[in-house]
Amino acid sequence: MTTPVLAVTSASKRFAGVRALEDVSIELHAGSVHALVGENGAGKSTLIKLITGVYQLDSGSVRLRGEEVAFDSPRSAQRAGIATIYQEVHLAPQLSVARNFFLGREPTRFGSLDLKRMNRNSAEALRRYGIVADVKRPLGELGLGIQQMVAIARAVETDASVVIMDEPTSSLEPREVDLLLDLVAQLKAKDVAIVYVSHKLDEVFRACDTITVLRDGKLVSTGPTSELTRRQLISRMLGRDAAELDESGRTRLGRRELEDGEPVLRAEHLNRRLILEDVSVVVRPGEVVGLAGLLGSGRSETAKAIFGALPLDSGDISVDGKPLTHQTPASRIRQGVAMLPEDRKAEGLIPDMSIRDNIGLAALPQLTRSGLVSRKRVDDIVKTFMTRLRIKAASPLQRVSELSGGNQQKVLLARLLCLNPRVLLLDEPTRGIDVGAKAEVQALVAELAEKGMAVVLISSELEEVVEGSDSVVVLRDGAQLGRLVGDDITEDKIMDLIADAASEQIEASEQIEAEK
Amino acid sequence: MTTLAANLRDRTAIAAWTREHGVYLALLVLVVFNAIATPNFLTVDTVQLLFSQVPPVIIVSLGMALVIGTGGVDLSVGSIMAIASAVLAKFVTGGSPIGVAMLAAVAAGLLVGVFNGLVVAIARVQPIVATLGVLVAGRGIALVITGGALVELFVPVFKDIRLGKFLGIPYVMIVAALLAVAVSFLVRRTAFGYRLLAVGGNRRASVLAGLPVRRTLVVVYAISGTLAAVAGVIATARLRASDPSYIGLLMELTAITAVVVGGTSLTGGRVRILGTVTGAILIQLLETTLVSHNAPDSVARMVEALIIIAAVYIQRPARSSR
Repeated sequence: MTTPVLAVTSASKRFAGVRALEDVSIELHAGSVHALVGENGAGKSTLIKLITGVYQLDSGSVRLRGEEVAFDSPRSAQRAGIATIYQEVHLAPQLSVARNFFLGREPTRFGSLDLKRMNRNSAEALRRYGIVADVKRPLGELGLGIQQMVAIARAVETDASVVIMDEPTSSLEPREVDLLLDLVAQLKAKDVAIVYVSHKLDEVFRACDTITVLRDGKLVSTGPTSELTRRQLISRMLGRDAAELDESGRTRLGRRELEDGEPVLRAEHLNRRLILEDVSVVVRPGEVVGLAGLLGSGRSETAKAIFGALPLDSGDISVDGKPLTHQTPASRIRQGVAMLPEDRKAEGLIPDMSIRDNIGLAALPQLTRSGLVSRKRVDDIVKTFMTRLRIKAASPLQRVSELSGGNQQKVLLARLLCLNPRVLLLDEPTRGIDVGAKAEVQALVAELAEKGMAVVLISSELEEVVEGSDSVVVLRDGAQLGRLVGDDITEDKIMDLIADAASEQIEASEQIEAEK
Repeated sequence: MTTLAANLRDRTAIAAWTREHGVYLALLVLVVFNAIATPNFLTVDTVQLLFSQVPPVIIVSLGMALVIGTGGVDLSVGSIMAIASAVLAKFVTGGSPIGVAMLAAVAAGLLVGVFNGLVVAIARVQPIVATLGVLVAGRGIALVITGGALVELFVPVFKDIRLGKFLGIPYVMIVAALLAVAVSFLVRRTAFGYRLLAVGGNRRASVLAGLPVRRTLVVVYAISGTLAAVAGVIATARLRASDPSYIGLLMELTAITAVVVGGTSLTGGRVRILGTVTGAILIQLLETTLVSHNAPDSVARMVEALIIIAAVYIQRPARSSR
């Protein structure tokens, strides 16, 4: 075995006492593509940022060609030959492709930029990588895929020996993805060590030699792609061993007979270019419908679309038989739809406001008389929900940002519940909260459903979806793979669906390749 | 170790205290300094002079506080004062009753404010850029309205605005105080105030909580424009003339200073009305102090700059642990 170009040994990192990465080791070899996969919060980006000097290690080491290194900034990592390509292209969109290609190392002639040489050399270099682009045009006018590839070619031309690609294809069209993967193959042939972070499994299986799975900041497994089945990979990402799974395909305890009644929520044929493709979710009163799928499968997007926060190209959504028209959260709330957003901090909390004000926020219209907020009614409602959800705080006037994650989540739930919604969309209701709060939230969801609410539940923990749902819609790449009900709801079946679809897609694309 | 930790806690506590109450302390220091160093400072005249000078600053700063509370900034207030002044002159010279002329001037401010709000809320242009346009263009518009020259105005009511007092307090100060109470009520007790702080605290979350974010922003800029126009009318009365190239000059900077010194965070989500009023008084008094000690105007500007830097430094968000 050759010495690795880059080796990370027992890397650990904590943020404010919370484990982000614990004892993770990986090795990158020249001419090899190494996939890094895992759900949100698994530690992928932390690991990358430790390698590239954005964060510093708490313990462990990084060795570049056998020598221990500690980069204090991304710039010094770059100088050592480690290039990082992010989802968004970090170049200057106003400058020409050629200028970008030579950014920071421009050739000069008599003290001024040698534009001719820049144009000629960059065009040549890009052609070598099979990239067709007018190098005199501003980079920003090109397609995202081409921009991405210019960034990669640029990185390699600056003698990068390690190239890290962080979800490079997340905003690319399928055709552009193919071009990008071709480029990856060329880099591989040039003996570059590549880290490929992606949640798109077919790309991972197509392009990568080694796969490392992270979960909750820990290394789950690392090994050659050939020794891993799609099914195994999915189960490692989502949290259980395949063997263990067969035993635990148990569904929600005491699954109730649902009232037959008319569905509360009918969201059918939701379409949005490149994001959702003919997804339908129907929820009857008292039903919990789980949305299962990997990160990027369209599960959050489906909830956002129903809530009016993601404009649709087409689709029919109705609540209690009444079609919903305006695609804005404000109008959806008025029509009885409420959503708990996935990212508590960025999309939910108003950090500077008190618990009280955060809870009352969405119900403001009901708590207001001719423009004036009724303090008494706000206090009453806040008191009711703080008791009901057992929100632990010094007082309702405490700033919400001082609370624990679990209590913050309960504040957001309280905000939704005082709207008395008919439809409750819960995107990752238990992410990042402690075990006790998690159990409480899960019990609350079940209770709300029993009272006749229609609930849509999203979780990256398959176990939570399986145990909490009456039916499950399985998604992949924005499309619906199937719908499971009753005893069919098992982790096993969900993973089978995802894995089968993945392999079908691979076969299809291989067939196309072969026909060429 | 424990003492160090306690020390650190003390330091953040001190920083928090300074942020909230520093402006009152600074005003106190300045008053004490003047009492000792400035002859005849502690007299009714001094207070009356201050109270006749500071109202325009207070009134503009109130609107600015709301805008900054949403995480924006309104650079156009000085130019809006000039526009209001020009409109006032146009109506007065055109023979309109003074009441109509004043209403027209304030309406002009409202209109420009709504325009700012639409550009920020609907076109989603950054507030600093959106209002910069009016800052630059506004004085030109005002000059066009007045025909490019200073217009002297002889209106009896202006004398009342300038010199009128009730129980020894200048009318204009009473107006400023009433407006401060009204704005404070708006922020603390109305749904609008609630929404304003939410939008400033987290715009994305406000959208997802179903708040009418755009409407809130438009109204905030409209209020700022209206208040600036009121200040423009007062400034015109005091000058007894409409001078578009002078009225409200650099007012945007003074108002921003007053607001920030008063404890309103530039990042939005927090508004301090009493602090803003105190900040306005502090800056006005500082200017008076420098003038009475024969410091040139240029020095006054530099001192103002130092204060704004110090205030922004104190207001800076605590560094996150990441």
